[in-house]
Amino acid sequence: MDSTSLEPSLYTVKAVFILDNDGNRLLSKYYDPELYPSMKEQKNFERNVFNKTHKADNEIAFLEGMTIVYKSSIDLFFYVVGSAQENELMLMSVLNCMFESLTHILRKNVERRCLLDNMEGVFLVVDEIIDGGVILESDPLQVLQKVNYRADENPLTEQSVAQHLTEKLALTTNVLQSAKEQIKWSILK
Amino acid sequence: MIKKFDKKDEESGSGSNPFQHLEKSAVLQEARIFNETPINPRRCLHILTKIIYLLNQGEHFGTTEATEAFFAMTRLFQSNDQTLRRMCYLTIKEMANISEDVIIVTSSLTKDMTGKEDVYRGPAIRALCRITDTTMLQAIERYMKQAIVDKVPSVSSSALVSSLHMVKMSYDVVKRWVNEAQEAASSDNIMVQYHALGLLYHLRKNDRLAVTKMLNKFTKSGLKSPFAYCMLIRIASKLLDETEGGHDSPLFDFIESCLRNKNEMVVYEAASAIVHMPNCTARELAPAVSVLQLFCSSPKAALRYAAVRTLNKVAMKHPSAVTACNLDLENLITDSNRSIATLAITTLLKTGSESSVDRLMKQISSFVSEISDEFKVVVVQAISALCQKYPRKHSVMMNFLSNMLRDDGGFEYKRAIVDCIISIIEENPESKETGLAHLCEFIEDCEHTVLATKILHLLGKEGPRTPQPSKYIRFIFNRVVLESEAVRAAAVSALAKFGAQNDDLLPSVLVLMQRCMMDSDDEVRDRATFYMNVLQQKQKALNAAYIFNGLSVSIPGLEKSLHQYTLEPSEKPFDMKSVPLATTPITEPKTEIAPVATSKLPEKLARSRQDIYQEQLAAIPEFQSLGPLFKSSEPVQLTEAETEYVVRCVKHTFARHMVFQFDCTNTLNDQLLQKVVVQMEPSEAYEVIHYIPAPSLPYSQPGSCYSLVRLPDDDPTAVSCTFSCTMKYLVRDCDPNTGEPDDDGYDDEYVLEDLEVTVADHIQKILKPNFGAAWDEVGDEFEKEETFALASVRTLDEAVGNIISFLGMQPCERSDKVPENKNSHVLFLAGVFRGGHDVLVRARLALADGVTMQVTVRSSEETVVDVILASVG
Repeated sequence: MDSTSLEPSLYTVKAVFILDNDGNRLLSKYYDPELYPSMKEQKNFERNVFNKTHKADNEIAFLEGMTIVYKSSIDLFFYVVGSAQENELMLMSVLNCMFESLTHILRKNVERRCLLDNMEGVFLVVDEIIDGGVILESDPLQVLQKVNYRADENPLTEQSVAQHLTEKLALTTNVLQSAKEQIKWSILK
Repeated sequence: MIKKFDKKDEESGSGSNPFQHLEKSAVLQEARIFNETPINPRRCLHILTKIIYLLNQGEHFGTTEATEAFFAMTRLFQSNDQTLRRMCYLTIKEMANISEDVIIVTSSLTKDMTGKEDVYRGPAIRALCRITDTTMLQAIERYMKQAIVDKVPSVSSSALVSSLHMVKMSYDVVKRWVNEAQEAASSDNIMVQYHALGLLYHLRKNDRLAVTKMLNKFTKSGLKSPFAYCMLIRIASKLLDETEGGHDSPLFDFIESCLRNKNEMVVYEAASAIVHMPNCTARELAPAVSVLQLFCSSPKAALRYAAVRTLNKVAMKHPSAVTACNLDLENLITDSNRSIATLAITTLLKTGSESSVDRLMKQISSFVSEISDEFKVVVVQAISALCQKYPRKHSVMMNFLSNMLRDDGGFEYKRAIVDCIISIIEENPESKETGLAHLCEFIEDCEHTVLATKILHLLGKEGPRTPQPSKYIRFIFNRVVLESEAVRAAAVSALAKFGAQNDDLLPSVLVLMQRCMMDSDDEVRDRATFYMNVLQQKQKALNAAYIFNGLSVSIPGLEKSLHQYTLEPSEKPFDMKSVPLATTPITEPKTEIAPVATSKLPEKLARSRQDIYQEQLAAIPEFQSLGPLFKSSEPVQLTEAETEYVVRCVKHTFARHMVFQFDCTNTLNDQLLQKVVVQMEPSEAYEVIHYIPAPSLPYSQPGSCYSLVRLPDDDPTAVSCTFSCTMKYLVRDCDPNTGEPDDDGYDDEYVLEDLEVTVADHIQKILKPNFGAAWDEVGDEFEKEETFALASVRTLDEAVGNIISFLGMQPCERSDKVPENKNSHVLFLAGVFRGGHDVLVRARLALADGVTMQVTVRSSEETVVDVILASVG
C-alpha cells in the first residue's frame, strides 16, 4: 500500500481548492485525472475535507490517503492537496505563495466578497502558480509581476467604506480637537 | 441576475455571491457582446470570468454552445487589454476539451508567443501546448526550442513545463529538445533550473547511464533551487534502490550532505529519503533522525507533522534509533493538531518502555474521539503491536479497546479493534474471558454483519472450552432472535459447537436448536436440522468431523469437481477425496502501516496459488489423466542468482505421479533458446515417463517446461528421492537490439542443482480447529509411537521449527508457539497424506542437554504411519 519511495516527478500538486465558510466551492482545480474524476466525487471530497478541517486551524491534515495543507482567512479556506508521500513543505510553499499573492491583489481584504469581486485575478494567480500539477512559481513577488493585476482602485466594499468612515471620523476628531484648543486658548487669553 | 459593476446593488448584500444565481444560458446570451465593435474590455472580461466560474462549478456545456462561445471569444484577441488577453488564454485551456476546432486560435497564440510582450509569451505557450497534438507540434517545434532557451525565465519555464506535459503524448518529438533543456538547466533562475531538471529526467529515466551522468553533473555543480534539490534527492535514492548501491556510494554521500542544506524542505526530503532506504543501519539513520528531532520543535505545524510521521516510520523498523527523540515526542503529545499528537503517541508506544504505557494510553484516550478514523486505526495498530511486545499489559489494553469499541466509528476502525482483541485473546490465554465478554457485549449492538459472524465463529471455537460456557449461550441465542439471516446462521453453528463439546449443555442446546428449525430462512433452518441430527447421535467422531472441523477442501475446486460430476453422471457417489484440498493461507507477520493511502482497488476474491496451478496443468493434455492436483510446493531455486539462465522448480504432487514444473528465464539478450527440456536422473525407483519442452525462450521472457514422473507403486514407503537435473536446449544467437535470431543454432546443455523430493511433498497441510476432537475421530487403530533424541538442536523453538518444515504439516491449537521459560512442550500437527488419508502427529518435546522427542502418529492408513516414523528416524 504505502509505496516506500516516490517516483521522481515534477507533478507535485494533486488539487487546489478555495471554499467559503459553508464549504461551498469557489474555485477548484484537480490536476490528476485519476483522482476523483467526476464532479460528484470531487465535491464529496471537498465536503469531507471541509468538515474535518474548518473547526480547528491545524495547517495540515491527512484524509482519504491524501496529505492536505490548508489555511483560513475570515470566511475563506484555502487547500492544497498532495499524495501521502509528498514532501509536506513543498505543498506548504505552494499554499503560502497562493495566499500571499492573493492577499496582495485583494489589497489585504482576503474575504469571500472581495475574492468573488476579483475572481479573474484569482484564476490568473492560481494559473501562474501551478500548471497541470507542476509548481510553476513559488515566489509571490514573481507571481504578482506576471499576473499584473490589482483589485479595483476604489471598490466600495464594506471594509473600504468602513476605512473611509474611520478616516473621515479621524479627520473630524482632529478638527474638533483643534477647535477645542482654539477655544481653550481664546478663553485663557 | 446581479450585476457586479452595479455599485448600488452591491451594498445591499455584502455576504451574497455575485455568481450565485448565474444561469448558463443567460451568460452565453451575454457573450454575444464579444462581437460588438469597439470591444468593451471590462464587460467582456466579466463575462469570460463568469464562463470560467461556471465551468469550475461543474456546469455542463454542450459541444455546440461551447464552440459558439469559443469562436466568439477569439474576436477578443483584437483588444490589447492585458487582463482580458490573459483570461482568453485561460478560457482556451478550460474549453480545450469541450469545444470543437480549438486549433483555430493557433496562429493568434503563436503570434503572442513570439511577440514582444513578455507578459503574454509564457501563458501563450502554455495555452498553445494545451490545444496542440503530435502532428501540429512539429509545426511549432522551432518556436518551442527557441522558447526553452529564452532568456526571460517565465517563457523558458512555461516552455519546459509544457514540454513535460507533452512527453506523454509525443515523446519522440520532445526527445529532440534535450540539448535545449540541458542549456536551460544551467540557467540562473531557480524555477527554470527545476523545470529543466524535471524534463531532462523524464526524457532519460529509462537510460540508467544517462541518469547517472546527469546526477553526477548536477550534484557537483550545485543548484540554487530547493525544489531541484528535492528532485535530485528523489532521483538519487531511486537509482540507489535500483542498483542496490551500497551506502558508501557517492549518491548516498550526496543525500547525506543535503541534510546540511540551508533550506528545511531539502533537509526534510533528504532525511525522509534516508529513512525510506531499505536495509539502512542505525548508524546511517542517526544523522537523519537528529534533523527530524530538531523539526519536532518547529513552530510550523506542517514541519512537525512531517517530522513525526517520518519518525513513526523509523520506529517500526528501528525503535532504538528513535529513543533519543522521546523527550521531543513527549512535548508533541499535547499538540493542538491531533494528527501530530496521535503520531507522536503511537511512535512513543513503539519506542517507550513498558512503564510508560499506562500513562500514554491515558493521554490518548483523552482525545481519541477527536481524531479521524484513519488515525484511530493507526492507534489500534500501535496497541496491537504493543500487546505482542508487552503481553503483561493486556488488561490495560483490553480496557482501552473495549472503550473504543463502544464509541462511534466506521467499519475499518471497528474491524481493526476486533482483530486486535482477537489477537490478544490468542496470545494470552488469561485474557480470554475478559476479551470474549467485551466481544459479546459488542455484538449485542453491532451493525456490521461481517464482524458479528466473525465474533460468533470465535465464540463457538473458544467459548465451549472456558470454565463457564453456559454464559455465552444467552448472547448467541439473542442473535438468533434479533439479527439478519447471515448472523443467525452463524449463531446456529456456534450453538452446535457448545452442544457437541459440553454434555451438560446438550439438552438445552437441543431445545434451542429445535426453535431454530422454525426459522424463516432456508440456510438457518438447514443448519439447525443438520446439527440437530448430528448432535442427537451423541458420537464423538461425528461431532469432530461435522461440527468442529468442517470441510477442508478448496471451494473453487469443489465447485469444479461437482460441476464435472453433474456433466458425467455415474453410478458411483461423488467422492469428496477427489477434490483438491484448500491450502492453508500462510499467515505473514502483519506489517504495520502508518497512515497510508487506503487502497481504492476493490478486493478481488483471491484464488489460491494451487487453484491457479491446477488450471494451468489441466490445460496440458498429457496431464489430464492424472486426477486432481494434491499439492504444489514452494518454488525451489535450481540456479544461483545472477547466472545466464535462472531456473526454479515447483513440485506438483498427484495421487500416483509428480509433475515438475521448471520456470526458466533466459538472461542473455544475444540468445534465443528453443526446445528447452530439463532432463532428470532419479536416484530411487522413480520413473520419468514424459518431458514437455518449452518451445522457445526469448530474452527475459519466462517460460515453463515440465517433466512427468511416476511414483513407485510397489513400495509406498519410498517417499524421498534425489534427482540430478540438466537443462538441454537449442541455442540460436541473435542480435541483442532487434532480437532477430540467426538461421541455424547448436545444441547445448547446462547443469542445474539437484532436486530433492521429501516426505513434505506428499503431505498437504490442513488446519484442524479442534485438534483433540480430530485425534479422537481418527482413533488409535494405527497408532504408533517412538522416541528420538535430537542432539544437534539447542532450543525448543528450533526443534518445533525443524519438525514443522520437515514434515510440512499444519501446526494446530497454536502449538507452534513455545511459551517462554518452559522445558517441555507439546506440538500438534495435522495433514493429509497423498491419497487422502488424514495424518495427525503429536510430538512431546523435552529440553535437557539436547531435545528429546516422543512422536505419536495416528492415521486412517497404516503405511502412512510407517512412512512418517521412518522418515523422522
